[in-house]
Amino acid sequence: MDLPTTDVIQGTLDLLILKTLSLEPMHGYGIARRIEQISRGVFKVNPGSLLTALQRLERAGWVDAEWRQTENARRAKVYALTRAGRKQLAAETEDWARRAGAVARLLNAEA
Amino acid sequence: MSPPMSPVSLWRQLSRGVRVLFRRADADQELDAEVEHWVNQAAADLEAGGLSPAEARRRARVALGGTLSAREEVREHGWERVIHGAAADLTYAARRLRKDAAFTSLAVVTLALGIGAATAIFSTVNPVLFERLPYPHPERLVTISELGRSGAALEVTYGTFRELAQRAHAFASLAVLKTWQPTLGGRDVPERLDAQRVSAGYFRTLGVAPLLGRDFTANDDRPHGPDVAILGHALWQRLGADRGIVGRTVTLDDTPYTVIGVMPERFENLLAPSAEAWAPLQYGESFAPNTREWGHHLRMLGRVRPGIDPAAAAEELATIARTPLAELPRVPWADLSGGMVVTSLRDEVTQGVRPALLAVAAAVLLLLAIAGVNVTNLLLARGAQRQGEFAMRAALGAGRGRLVRQLLTESLLLAVLGGALGLVVAELGVRALVALSPAGLPRLDAIRVDTAVLLFAFGLSAVIGIAVGLVPALQASTPGLRAGVERTSRRSSGDYRRTRGSLVVAEVALALVLLVSAGLLFRSLTRLLAVDTGFDDGPLVTMQLQVTGHRYDADSVRYGFLEQSLEAVRGVPGVVAAAYTSQLPLSDDLDIYGVHLEQEGDPANDGAALRYAVTPGYFSAMGIPLRAGRLLDEHDRTGSPRSVVVSESFARSAFPRGDAIGQRLRFGDPEGDWYTIVGVVGDVRQTALGLTTASAVYVTPTQWHWVDRQMSLVVRGRGEPASLAPAVRAAIWSVDKDQPVVRVATMRELVEASVTDRRFALTVFEAFGVAALLLAAIGLYGILSVSVTERTREIGVRSALGASSRDILTLVLRQGMVLTAVGVAVGLVLAWAASRSLAALLFELPALDPVTYASVVVLLLGVAALACSGPAWRAARLDPAVTLRAE
Repeated sequence: MDLPTTDVIQGTLDLLILKTLSLEPMHGYGIARRIEQISRGVFKVNPGSLLTALQRLERAGWVDAEWRQTENARRAKVYALTRAGRKQLAAETEDWARRAGAVARLLNAEA
Repeated sequence: MSPPMSPVSLWRQLSRGVRVLFRRADADQELDAEVEHWVNQAAADLEAGGLSPAEARRRARVALGGTLSAREEVREHGWERVIHGAAADLTYAARRLRKDAAFTSLAVVTLALGIGAATAIFSTVNPVLFERLPYPHPERLVTISELGRSGAALEVTYGTFRELAQRAHAFASLAVLKTWQPTLGGRDVPERLDAQRVSAGYFRTLGVAPLLGRDFTANDDRPHGPDVAILGHALWQRLGADRGIVGRTVTLDDTPYTVIGVMPERFENLLAPSAEAWAPLQYGESFAPNTREWGHHLRMLGRVRPGIDPAAAAEELATIARTPLAELPRVPWADLSGGMVVTSLRDEVTQGVRPALLAVAAAVLLLLAIAGVNVTNLLLARGAQRQGEFAMRAALGAGRGRLVRQLLTESLLLAVLGGALGLVVAELGVRALVALSPAGLPRLDAIRVDTAVLLFAFGLSAVIGIAVGLVPALQASTPGLRAGVERTSRRSSGDYRRTRGSLVVAEVALALVLLVSAGLLFRSLTRLLAVDTGFDDGPLVTMQLQVTGHRYDADSVRYGFLEQSLEAVRGVPGVVAAAYTSQLPLSDDLDIYGVHLEQEGDPANDGAALRYAVTPGYFSAMGIPLRAGRLLDEHDRTGSPRSVVVSESFARSAFPRGDAIGQRLRFGDPEGDWYTIVGVVGDVRQTALGLTTASAVYVTPTQWHWVDRQMSLVVRGRGEPASLAPAVRAAIWSVDKDQPVVRVATMRELVEASVTDRRFALTVFEAFGVAALLLAAIGLYGILSVSVTERTREIGVRSALGASSRDILTLVLRQGMVLTAVGVAVGLVLAWAASRSLAALLFELPALDPVTYASVVVLLLGVAALACSGPAWRAARLDPAVTLRAE
């Protein structure tokens, strides 16, 4: 029944995080779950990689992190996209589309 | 791929990293909380999917790969991790070094000596040999001199300067200059200044401009031009540092000079470092042959045009020299037939001291190498003792790189500590070096511990830290040694011993090179000081007098003053004899005039000789022996037949048949009156002890063409000559209290001062040689001590099997002496190569002087035997029962 899950494609984790956060601020686990859900389970997110990536994005100034009370009265670190992050998302999206298009063209030409 | 870092992100990088570094616990706690939250959320989701709470939690944790692993993954990122690792290494290294205080202090002191000595020498050598000269585009500055018929370089004449200034196009500007020693008047005590007379373009050629006022112009530098002067910064400060000084006058040699400018403080006048005032030359335009415009007494400075090679400029000068123009006539003694010499200003300034400085720089590198080798050896020995520790760390998962990094951190820390202490050594060393510095060492003021020197010391420490640590670190971390966990201190691997043995060999060899060099310099200096100066340097005190003031403008008045002051000096109690001379041996005076012999009238007989205008009695005061004929006396004065006394070597070269007495010559003026040679005296070393004397001609002041204003007084006394000086000076001032008396020195001091460059090199080599010997002995002692400790069991077995303590003693001694012997053999080859580069500093001594080599080898072997005997004794006295039980 299950299609095999796979690690996120090398280099696209940042893009996926930024895209996910562009919908709404979220904590780490939420981001991981959202990515898995939307990719319909194709991508499995490694927690260590995700937290490292979030630390990197935060330091780059693309996301802000804030401790907040959640609905079940727990404290969670919630990440939100910054203006710079939004720009970065646009740039990376365009870049990805260009590359994916190129790969698709190559595959079609082969076939 | 990633965009350039924005200020925001840079700030975040720094602040977040710093926070992790300094508030590690907070950062960890936050990370833990985040991970914990993640687990809770995941467990909640799983529970919602129907799992029991406990199972859901377990699965959530497994999915996270264990909380520890996720946390570690995050912690492994960010720049602060590198620093954190280094800080951990550093803390560990500091703890290790503190625990081993004896080792650490020995290593740090050794490194401090090496780094400190190297830094001190660097700060001395840097401004002279490496730094750019303190002028814009200094590589274009050259000095130009004329080549005489004899092949020796001559100072140029003003006539040559005029011709080159008009014809040479390769130069942006040319300038001529001469020293000038005016007396500064209008103050309580007459003060003689060092100053220069320069052509108008001097400062423009150097590329410097006055701080206040203006530079000289062509209008200042013409015959009978205005009396104007530019002051040096220090003189201006002494005169009150008033910015309004421009336009006022100062009195120089009784003449008011209008101050037109003041030079900046940072202006270094390399061609005459002590000059404090400048005035224009104001030479004439007639260029008649017998005028000063045709005297060889000017130094010429040139700035080559941008884009022109100095070699091409020299080529142009050679062409000009070969092709005289009718409209620019030359005189026979300045016809440029010998050609011109172009020397870069840098070479001109440094060539005198270069050999000594290069030798000293090489010596310090040797010393540094020995210090480094010694510390390497110490580290190796310690590494052998720490094998258990390394093996333990390796077993706990430290990779080879990690171990190497740890050990390099330790050696770097040692080197930095050594470097810090070395700076103290350097500061003391620089003071000692400046005090010792050879006469004529340029840019003395530029020698100090400055930024460049600090950078040098720091860089050197880093290099040394890595250099001394690398071999021990690589060896200690060699995988084969990992097996050492279960292996105790029973013995170290043969590798260790071989490496340390070869390092001791290197130390002995390097020490031998230094000691041989020091020995050669010492023997040279001894020989040099034993040279016959040609005079009796016993109780002689000398001083220089500058006869200043317009009232002495007439020759006869000037001579009257000389006679009266001599009379007064002879009346001083304790004075045996006194006389004046226009130039004093070994005092940097150099005054040469052309000589034309009557005999045969062949131009080849024309030469040049040192001119001494001396009052009668000079020879007896100096103790210069008469070889033939008579000495100059009271009858050789104005109106009587002109007589000269010549030096032995002059008589020999000009009159090989030995018939010098009665021959006639012209001196100083090719058309002037004939002088008759009445006597021959012994040769005197004028310029340096090591230089064979040039020809000399002595004449009385009244029979010379003029009476010199600048005369040196030599006084022979009874007892301590220096104590005579105040009374002698008072006697001169009793005749005229306005005459400055300078350069007071005993003749012995002048002799000693003339060898300061050699003394400088010798002192440095001696100090370094002794340090090297000590370090080599310590190295030898150290390796044998460690070796005896390591071989305790073997020695115990040998004793148990019947070896006498004498056998054991021989065993250990032999081990040490074999290393020494190999070191000596290698060192002899190196010393042979090195001593040839010392040749410039040696005097009448072959670079392979057997006495030096033999005594150094004996000294080294003796010290080595002494260093070996300690460990050897210890080995011989080991109790076999105790040592065997210890295993």
